Amino acid sequence: MGHTIIDKLWNQHLVADLGDGTALLYLDRIFLHERTVSIALKSLQTGGRRVRNPEQVFCTMDHIVDTNPGRSDSTRVPGGMAFIKTTRDAARAAGLNLFDLGDDRQGIVHVVSPEQGIAVPGVTLVCPDSHTCTVGGIGALAWGIGSTEAEHALATKTLVVKKPATMRVIFDGHTPYGVTAKDMILHLIGKYSASGGAGYAIEFAGEAITALPIEARLTLCNMAVEFGAWTGVIAPDNKTFEYVRGRPYAPKGKAWDRAVEHWRSLVSDPDAEFDREITIDVAQIVPQITWGTSPQHEAGIDQRVPDPAEEPDPNRRLAMERALEYMDLAPGTPLEGIPVNAAFIGSCTNSRLSDLRNAAKILQGRNVARGVKAICVPGSSQVKLAAEAEGLDRIFTEAGFEWRESGCSMCFFAGGESFGLEERVVTSTNRNFENRQGPHTRSHLASPTTVAASAVLGKLADVRKLDQQE
Amino acid sequence: MEKFARLKAIAAPLLRINVDTDAIIPSREIKRVSKVGLSDGLFAGWRYTEPGGRAEDPAFILNQDPFRQAKILLSGLNFGCGSSREHAVWALAEWGIRSIMAPSYGTIFYANCARNGVLPVILDNDIVEEMARQVTEDPEQNLIEVDLGECTVTAPDSTVHSFEIGVADREMLLEGLDAIDVTRKRDDEILAFQVRDRLRRPWIYL
Repeated sequence: MGHTIIDKLWNQHLVADLGDGTALLYLDRIFLHERTVSIALKSLQTGGRRVRNPEQVFCTMDHIVDTNPGRSDSTRVPGGMAFIKTTRDAARAAGLNLFDLGDDRQGIVHVVSPEQGIAVPGVTLVCPDSHTCTVGGIGALAWGIGSTEAEHALATKTLVVKKPATMRVIFDGHTPYGVTAKDMILHLIGKYSASGGAGYAIEFAGEAITALPIEARLTLCNMAVEFGAWTGVIAPDNKTFEYVRGRPYAPKGKAWDRAVEHWRSLVSDPDAEFDREITIDVAQIVPQITWGTSPQHEAGIDQRVPDPAEEPDPNRRLAMERALEYMDLAPGTPLEGIPVNAAFIGSCTNSRLSDLRNAAKILQGRNVARGVKAICVPGSSQVKLAAEAEGLDRIFTEAGFEWRESGCSMCFFAGGESFGLEERVVTSTNRNFENRQGPHTRSHLASPTTVAASAVLGKLADVRKLDQQE
Repeated sequence: MEKFARLKAIAAPLLRINVDTDAIIPSREIKRVSKVGLSDGLFAGWRYTEPGGRAEDPAFILNQDPFRQAKILLSGLNFGCGSSREHAVWALAEWGIRSIMAPSYGTIFYANCARNGVLPVILDNDIVEEMARQVTEDPEQNLIEVDLGECTVTAPDSTVHSFEIGVADREMLLEGLDAIDVTRKRDDEILAFQVRDRLRRPWIYL
């Protein structure tokens, strides 16, 4: 029987078989950020332990840093500066590659790692952040870990991992107009639940995946964790190689040729068997929007807020009732047309150059509706510079968006900025949990184009009908 | 790390699905570069009446006696999903929770538990709900017992349920081992891997 891409990546990094399906896996790259690793680096230092191969460890500042123009180490997050300074000092002392504030390589970790050629096909990459699965989109085996595991990774260059079951999710067909990678992954989560992928490593495959540009593949894999999966991966192809070529840390010269030859083998064999397989016809997907407090609480923009009374499972029903109370929504309300107070474009899910271009296409020549607070936070300093070079910043600001420095920003509320009590936000981020974006803030997850269209109309909008509605 | 062998304790039912780590400890409650000082922020959004406040909401289970003394938490599908923040486990442990029983967990949260002396037990939802029903009848008398050596949970009505846990996680909890020390014993194997791998994938070695 053939091997899946997951088996191949696993076997290539196997240091020792610990029995019972558990392995000691070798880690090619470790990426760190100031929120969860400050404690790991500090703890490592206290324990008198050293970082093994610091040259293969990278660190950026994204979670706590301020994203307002003219920023410094000071941040609105209570105690935030200590996280930044502890991380900087520890990273320097350990000799790590640091993309600090003011460095034009700084940005959100999962935007930076493929951008700099640190995440390339075939590598194992870990980071103490749940969205590390993002770079599965480039053909890396990447997963999020806690701080204690990060210490282990740093000290030993390995992790003890129990091998997950394998799943293949096939997205078949052609995506209709207005449907993006974000809509595809939200649709999957809505259909199979936020724990539908629990216990699995997932290969995303099929015609619609092959058709996706690399940045969109990163968006799709980003939310594998919202599906409950250990990670997600997409087999690298020529598009991937073109994306990686020439990036600062990518292989060069003869090493490049050897690497590409190796990367071409990173596909599931035709006779490989997965423990589970799901097929989705993307032609049936419409732009998606969440209505509740879990990513599984989502529907097509042309649908209505569901009625918990029609949910047969009592636990799900209870969760729906709680969610609708929190969101202040009544069953049967059409999703399209629900008024919003704020719009946010940013986060490791949807803040890359292509996301900003797509949103800018909607915003060009239009204005954000009166009373809507609209913010765009580019995913990295590189994205920001590239966007400014082609004038996207002007399109955003002329439409009424704030244009920020890069970072995680208002994807989550850490005590600094928030959207405010009971504000309703349409957001290109990944989590609509209670209080995630601020105390009692109500978040509706969507693609950047849906966010832009909703910002213009001041209500949840069907991007496909924007022209008719103005 | 504190060892985990056996525990017989009051269990608090928090029967909700998809309890995320933002709910377990909101980001705004993580104010210092520290693994301690987090128990006040545990479930802050549900436990207190106002955001950032400390006035208890009496309706929340952990604000009720005798559940304030609970060492076991019963919950629903996908407990600890979302953010990787280990502060979620540190906050639970500091508050007093030593074991969680739920049908499934967020993957990262599960791994974090085992590394902090907190035992995540996987049991069918029906079993968790039935135990919650028994506990609710008389929380002080109807204790739940968990034995990691035997991999069993004994319900208040003495029904015994077995559960599965990976060997590495089980050993780490039973022995209170430091995972780094354990792996360090394989330093030679890691080095040998690097030597072999460098020939096969030279571009990896920056």
